[in-house]
Amino acid sequence: MTQTTAETPARKQRAQLKVRTLRTDRWWLAPALTFTGLMTFLIYGFWAIFDQSYLAGQYIAPFASPCLATSCPEGARLFGLAPIGDWYTWPPGLLILGLPGGFRLTCYYYRKSYYRSFWLSPPACSVAEPHGKYTGETRLPLIIQNIHRYFFYFAAIIGLILTYDAVLAFRDKEGNWGHVGLGSIILLVNAILILAYTFGCHSCRHITAGRLNNFSKHPLRYKAWTFVSKLNAKHQQLAWASMFSVMIADLYVRLVAKGIINFPFA
Amino acid sequence: MGYKAKFRVWRGEGGEGRLEDFTVEVNEGEVVLDVIHRLQATQAPDLAVRWNCKAGKCGSCSMEINGKPRLGCMTRMSTFEESETITVTPMRTFPVIKDLVTDVSFNYQKAREIPSFTPPEDVEPGEYRMQQVDVERSQEFRKCIECFMCNNVCHVIRDHEENKPAFAGPRFLMRIAELDMHPYDVVDRKESAQDEHGLGYCNITKCCTEICPEHIKITDNALIPMKERVVDRKYDPLVWLGNKIFKRSS
Repeated sequence: MTQTTAETPARKQRAQLKVRTLRTDRWWLAPALTFTGLMTFLIYGFWAIFDQSYLAGQYIAPFASPCLATSCPEGARLFGLAPIGDWYTWPPGLLILGLPGGFRLTCYYYRKSYYRSFWLSPPACSVAEPHGKYTGETRLPLIIQNIHRYFFYFAAIIGLILTYDAVLAFRDKEGNWGHVGLGSIILLVNAILILAYTFGCHSCRHITAGRLNNFSKHPLRYKAWTFVSKLNAKHQQLAWASMFSVMIADLYVRLVAKGIINFPFA
Repeated sequence: MGYKAKFRVWRGEGGEGRLEDFTVEVNEGEVVLDVIHRLQATQAPDLAVRWNCKAGKCGSCSMEINGKPRLGCMTRMSTFEESETITVTPMRTFPVIKDLVTDVSFNYQKAREIPSFTPPEDVEPGEYRMQQVDVERSQEFRKCIECFMCNNVCHVIRDHEENKPAFAGPRFLMRIAELDMHPYDVVDRKESAQDEHGLGYCNITKCCTEICPEHIKITDNALIPMKERVVDRKYDPLVWLGNKIFKRSS
C-alpha cells in the first residue's frame, strides 16, 4: 500500500464509500410513517375547513372554533359575539386555522418531522440527503421559522378557547350544566392535549425563563420553566397525540352534527 | 459461547480504500472494539484503529458500525445476529488517515474559533458565587467526551463538505450555548452564533441527540435554546422594543 503524508491530496479525503448509507435497519420506516401521518392530517384538515356541519348542539368542532362571523350559528359564536361582521361568508375555519397551523408548521418538533419525511434533509441519521446544496434556516424562506414564538402567542389563545368550548360541552341542549356525553369527554381530552402541547413548546420554555442566566434570582419563573421543561420533554409525543385528538374530536362533532352518530350518550 | 462473526472493515489510506471481508471469533460479553483488536492480533496487524479507555469515556473509538456512528467500545456484539455481517467504517465526515482512524482536526479548529469563558473584569478568580440551579443547565453539556460523532452525523457537513467553513457543528454550538448560559460570562455570543458559527444551518433534525453516547439533549437543551436567544437578538421586534424601553440588556 502506498504511503501517504499529511500533504498529499488523498490524505485530505473522506472514505470514498459509494453508497448512500450502510445502515441495515429499517431507517425508512419512521419518515414513511411521519409522511403518512402528516398527509392524513393535511387531507382531513382541507376537507374539514369546507365542511359546514361544525355545530352539534353544545358541541363545536375544534377546526371551526372560534367562530367569529355573523354567518356562524348563534351557538357557535365565541361569547355570542361576531366581531368580524356579516361581510365574511366563507367557512369559519379559514379565518383562524392559519394560526394553529402556523404554530405547528414552525414548531421545532414538526420542523424535524417534515424536514426528514418531506424534504429528506436528511431522511434519517447517516443516510445521505438527495440535495446538492444546503443552506438550512440561514436565509429566506426558512429563516421565517424564527417567527415561531408569535404563532405560540396566538396558539395559546386558541388553546384556551378550545378549553372554554370543552367546558361548555358539559351543558345539555337546554344549557343546563351537568351533561356528560362522549363528545364532552372527547373535547375535554383534546383541550388538555392541545394545552399540554402548546405550553410545552420550546418558545414557551424560552419565554418563561430559558432566556435567563440566573434562575436563582427569578424563582417563580424558574418554577414555570421547570414545569414547561417537563412538558417539553414529551413535546414529540404531545405533538402527535394532540394532532390526532383534534382530528378525532373534530370528526366526532361533525358526525354527530350530520346525525351519523346518534346514540343516547353522544 | 463463542462464534465466528462476519466483518467487513474499511481498509485504506486517505480517501482511497475498500471494504475487506473477515471472519473472526467473537466471545460472550465482547464489544465491537474487542473484535477489531482480535482482527489486529490475528489477521490484520496493520489495521489502524484509535482507542484509549475502552469504557466510553475518552471518545477515541468513534466509528460507524452498520452505517451508524457508534463508539466501538460501547457497542455490544450481543446486539447483532450471529449470522449478520457487521460493516465497520471510519467516520464519514472527516478525512481518513488510515483504515478506521480519521483526522478530526476540523473540530479543534472550530474549538479555537470560539472565544473562551470571559468573566466580568471586576470579578477576580475565587470570587465567583453561583447557585446550583444557575449552573446545572450547562453542566449537562460538560458531560461531552468529544467523540465528535455529533459533528460526524450532522448532515449539514456530512452531506455538504462546502459548509464546513461556515458551520461549527453541534458540538461547538453546544459549547457556545453553554458559555452563553453561564451567569458570569460577559461575551455577547448570540450574533456570532448565527453569523460566524452557522447556527442557522441547523434544521433541528436531532441526529446529534440520537447518537450522543452521553445522552446529552443537544438539540432540545442547547441548540434550540440558543436559536431562541438569537431570535431575541435578531428577529423579535417586541424583545428589541422591550429592551429599549426598559433599558435592559439581553
